[in-house]
Amino acid sequence: MSAIEITGVSKVYAGGVRAVSDVSLSIADGEFIVLVGPSGCGKSTLLRMIAGLETITSGTVAIGNRVVNEIDPAARNIAMVFQNYALYPHMSVYDNLAYGLRNRGVPKTDIDARVAEAARMLEIEPFLTRKPKQLSGGQRQRVAMGRAIVRKPDAFLFDEPLSNLDAKLRVSMRGEIRQLQRRLGVTSVYVTHDQLEAMTLADRIVVLNGGRIEQVGRPLDVYHNPASTFVASFIGSPAMNLAEAEVTGGAVAIGGQVVASGVSGVKDGQVIVGLRAEDIQPAAPGTGVPFAVRYIEELGALRLVHGSVEGRHLTMALSPDLPLADEMKVVVAADRLHFFEDGSGRRMTR
Amino acid sequence: MQTKRTVFGNRLLPYAFLLPQLAVTVVFFLWPAAQAVIQSFQREDAFGLSTTWVGLANYVDLLHEPTYLNSLKVTAIFAPAVTLLSVGLGLVFAVSLDRLVRGSRVYAALLVWPYAVAPAVAGIMWWFLFNPTIGLLPYLLAAVGYRWDHSLQPTDAMILVVIAASWKQVSYNFLFFMAGLQAIPKSMIEAAAIDGAGPVKRFFTIVFPLLSPTTFFLAVINLVYAMFDTFPVIHATTGGNPAQSTNILVYKVFVDGFIGLNLGSSAAQSVVLMVIVVTLTVIQFKWVERKVNY
Repeated sequence: MSAIEITGVSKVYAGGVRAVSDVSLSIADGEFIVLVGPSGCGKSTLLRMIAGLETITSGTVAIGNRVVNEIDPAARNIAMVFQNYALYPHMSVYDNLAYGLRNRGVPKTDIDARVAEAARMLEIEPFLTRKPKQLSGGQRQRVAMGRAIVRKPDAFLFDEPLSNLDAKLRVSMRGEIRQLQRRLGVTSVYVTHDQLEAMTLADRIVVLNGGRIEQVGRPLDVYHNPASTFVASFIGSPAMNLAEAEVTGGAVAIGGQVVASGVSGVKDGQVIVGLRAEDIQPAAPGTGVPFAVRYIEELGALRLVHGSVEGRHLTMALSPDLPLADEMKVVVAADRLHFFEDGSGRRMTR
Repeated sequence: MQTKRTVFGNRLLPYAFLLPQLAVTVVFFLWPAAQAVIQSFQREDAFGLSTTWVGLANYVDLLHEPTYLNSLKVTAIFAPAVTLLSVGLGLVFAVSLDRLVRGSRVYAALLVWPYAVAPAVAGIMWWFLFNPTIGLLPYLLAAVGYRWDHSLQPTDAMILVVIAASWKQVSYNFLFFMAGLQAIPKSMIEAAAIDGAGPVKRFFTIVFPLLSPTTFFLAVINLVYAMFDTFPVIHATTGGNPAQSTNILVYKVFVDGFIGLNLGSSAAQSVVLMVIVVTLTVIQFKWVERKVNY
């Protein structure tokens, strides 16, 4: 078990494509870090550089105080779980788990014990003699996890390990990965494009965009204080409402319609205002801003109402017991508004 | 999977569509094969005027003919040697190319070229290269003290025909192995690298086992090639000599039938070859999907 220190790491591919730009990140011993971002944001490249499967163009990666830039993947003492599991199809489950140990010259009795322990932990004991193709997707996923566990590595690296599973299995495996990581206390870096996985698994989320870190923080911090419009729109479902707005003397106007007033700490001028769907609610009779309902999505516990204020598309999350109308009056929670600079999209300090 | 079934208005129309293909198969494949089988039970006089039915006599004679038994032995050395050399080299080239970062497409194109050379031409080329009088290789071999002469030394002759026959087949095998290597997911190799297996270990424990269906397929294809399609190579280089040392089965069929004009024996020999190729094909179809697959 070790901390991972990433300092000023960049990756430029032959041909000049810049996949990762000057990323620095300290991962504490035993921490669960989730790298999240849209495809092409550099999250997998960053993970592969930690693993040693991709050369590092500049900067350093250190695992447990040892700079590993020039060290082979095998000698970094990390374990990786791949999206397609990458199980060896011609070997039994037992041999899949034992392969890495045999290569390292672990004595036979130790291999038996460690494989048995991992198999018990992951409940794959009945399948040890089977070949991967005789297993279901979820079982293969467990074998891939088992292959990582038996090695007792310094760090687990996960490359979108759940994206080949169906939705239901994904949720249960997500929970198992979380519990397993807690139990073993192994430093983990997990790559996903699914913000829900990031929110539920991470000790800290790293949001990447265009090869750069947009924000690092605990899931709720990132959710409540997104550092940019990119993070605001990426983290949370439904995505945060973002609209161009005009601030004049503490009054916030969307398309000329004042939606909130008495906002302090924001300079007058053009801004991007962000509101979570749950922060827009129906107004008391006789007050509020006109909201034209376009369509409704029922989520069971919640009802998402998509509509517009002065032609700007907004979504609000309502309790299903509240009455609906084609034309509603709504009020926004002025103290929960987010303000971003118009242009750069950076969060404005209030 | 959805399959679309075409319905013909006229019941004879589908047979009419099949007819050209069937006609070609019957005229060019089934008829000559049947002819050979019939001929193998007959004996013809030297002038082709009378034919007598002799039953299995041609086959029985084969078993007692020392040159035929020798030919069996020669083929048993030649065909596996060609297969081993061409499949082995094809694999080596494909694996080397797989590790190449730059220019791999150029190499691949160049490695495929020999396949476009006709076997007879390939035979002549190697015959020149190994020619004891004017060839380059005997000159070099002489420098290390080896006196190469494939017109006198049976071993030299065998080496020459094996190399000449394997050469162009390497290209074919290379192509198949290259496709096979590309079908192995990169993440599997990476997983093995993380699991502490070096390049050599990865090859023997992961890559080679995963290539085994390709290897088995190529082994059968190359065996069949070495036994049947190498006639021009032998004809252009050694002519089965010296002292019958390169007279493989298919070449002996030609020599006995067309030079010696013993049509009955020649036909019997080709029927034996036919049985061998059918056996190999059956093994191919039966095993390639069961035993070797992982």
